[in-house]
Amino acid sequence: MFYREAGQFKTTYESDNQIFPIRQDRYAMLAVLALALLVVPLFASPYMLSAILIPFLIFSLAALGLNILTGYAGQLSLGTAAFMAVGAFASFNFVARVPGMPMLLAFVLGGLSAALVGIAFGLPSLRIRGFYLAAATLATQFFVVWCLTKIPYLTNYSTSGVITAQKIVILGYVFDTPATKYLLVLAIVSLMALLAKNMVRSNVGRSWMAIRDMDMAAEVIGFRPMRTKLLAFAVSSFYCGVAGALYAYAYLGTVEPEAYNLDLSFRILFMIIIGGVGSILGSFLGAAFIVLLPVFLNIVAHGLSLPTSVASNLELMVFGALIIFFLIVEPHGLARLWQIGKEKLRLWPFPH
Amino acid sequence: MSFFLEVLIGGLLSGVMYALVAIGFVLIYKASGVFNFAQGAMVFFAALTCVGMIDKFGMSLWLAIPVTMAVMVVLGLAIERVVLRPLVNQPEITLFMATIGLAFFIEGLAQLMWGSQVHKLDLPIEDVPIPYLMDNYNIIVSQFDVTAAGICALLVTALALLFSRTRIGRALRAVADDHQAAQAVGIPLQQIWAVVWSVAGMVALVAGLLWGARNGVQFALTFIALKALPVLILGGFTSIPGAIVGGLIIGASEKLAEVYIGPMVGGGIEGWFPYVLALLFLLVRPEGLFGEKIIRRI
Repeated sequence: MFYREAGQFKTTYESDNQIFPIRQDRYAMLAVLALALLVVPLFASPYMLSAILIPFLIFSLAALGLNILTGYAGQLSLGTAAFMAVGAFASFNFVARVPGMPMLLAFVLGGLSAALVGIAFGLPSLRIRGFYLAAATLATQFFVVWCLTKIPYLTNYSTSGVITAQKIVILGYVFDTPATKYLLVLAIVSLMALLAKNMVRSNVGRSWMAIRDMDMAAEVIGFRPMRTKLLAFAVSSFYCGVAGALYAYAYLGTVEPEAYNLDLSFRILFMIIIGGVGSILGSFLGAAFIVLLPVFLNIVAHGLSLPTSVASNLELMVFGALIIFFLIVEPHGLARLWQIGKEKLRLWPFPH
Repeated sequence: MSFFLEVLIGGLLSGVMYALVAIGFVLIYKASGVFNFAQGAMVFFAALTCVGMIDKFGMSLWLAIPVTMAVMVVLGLAIERVVLRPLVNQPEITLFMATIGLAFFIEGLAQLMWGSQVHKLDLPIEDVPIPYLMDNYNIIVSQFDVTAAGICALLVTALALLFSRTRIGRALRAVADDHQAAQAVGIPLQQIWAVVWSVAGMVALVAGLLWGARNGVQFALTFIALKALPVLILGGFTSIPGAIVGGLIIGASEKLAEVYIGPMVGGGIEGWFPYVLALLFLLVRPEGLFGEKIIRRI
């Protein structure tokens, strides 16, 4: 009843091919965007903005990156945090070393550097697959973090290895309050999500999915595996790189190798498993879930007055159990649940 | 020269330990096609449980070990029942991700039960250089390492015999070849899996005790899994000899690289050198040293 598309006729190709062909989706999306843009910055507390919403958006972007690689192109990666680190450090170095470097350009260049590293470490994917590849991407993780700790040039010869990120200044405007940072991150993430959505429903996305579903068959019918796979690595790393730069600049305020450890890679992998592998919406749902779960568990632990060590161990267990639960019960994650909900709403209240 | 030999022997001996963890992986992979990322967590869990029995309940080591073995068997059975059975016939990569979740769960569970502080574990083997080698050849080789390697060798021999000479071993090889065919001739798949996971749990216990006695029983034990991965890549996922040879190569080359290349680039390359080595090897031979040739059809 709430979700009925009867009477919505498509008379042009454009209207048939749009991202949200159903009117309700379109309006709902506009409403969410308007809410996020106008209402949230006015009413959300600084804690809400800087501890929940900003990391949520940044993790969504990283999850989007991983989802492009793992969900759409089928190449499992455990090195997401490494690509984020490359993005963050490259942006830092571009701003620090090039006078008058515009901040947004630095983010883009950071993303491009991550893309280059992604291509280099994606090369083994041409010969190996599955968990051999997953193990290979672990090499990225360890190697990149090692480089960042050992090569002083990359940290601008800082003695502690922990560097304060420069202020975000765009066209003379300083983004220093949680609300302005939130709006900046929101703008970047929305734009890139739109791009990703369009990418996966175009030629490029179809070739990724063909490689994912059966790479030999895709090769036989004329997809070029090398180009497709490396493109997936490049695009995915670009997204992760930008997310990493935002993570350093808009969330942490520092640039340090240790922030991009294996644990972060796993968390982003969990986001896409719980949210939905191979779904743009799923990246956002999963990120929201993983960001909110510890907050929720903390409240519960506080309510039951459990010690913090118990709470953190419970968090590990809940994460693990949820992963297994979702893989068994709903391998397509929260995004699929949402889809099922929509189908149910379409018939409600008369299910026949 | 004696310094080189010392490093080489030290590397080989630690390689034996890597091999031990890698064998845990191979066992499970051979029998169920699951790449068990949780093996490191199981090592940690086993060692922590054993130490916990000694510290909290005042058991002697010789009582704690069989009790922990029983716990590992129960854990193996539970994993088979709760995680694997519902995931039969899923793609390998799904199973792999499930074991990542399992690793987190076990790590949390172990620390919830026994606390997260570092424990000391005393095995009745002393960590001193072997006097004979030190006096005659001036090479320092730890007695503990040699004994550990000996225990590993015994365990591997026992496993090899179990797998080649017993009914269970034959059934296991049949399952590894083809799940469905094995089931069709009446081999109980689930029992076989339960056996394999229990054995892998015991291997994890041995590895956990040896590593724990050396470095203390602490969270870092879980990273052993990350050490065993390049060993597996190098040796092939399906071969126990591969795991042993791979372990020795990784152990030796890692220590040699750390000592001879490390100072040139700032040290700490032990973390990634094995991976890069294994990766380069993969580019030449994608199935590993002793792995089965991968034949792919559409």
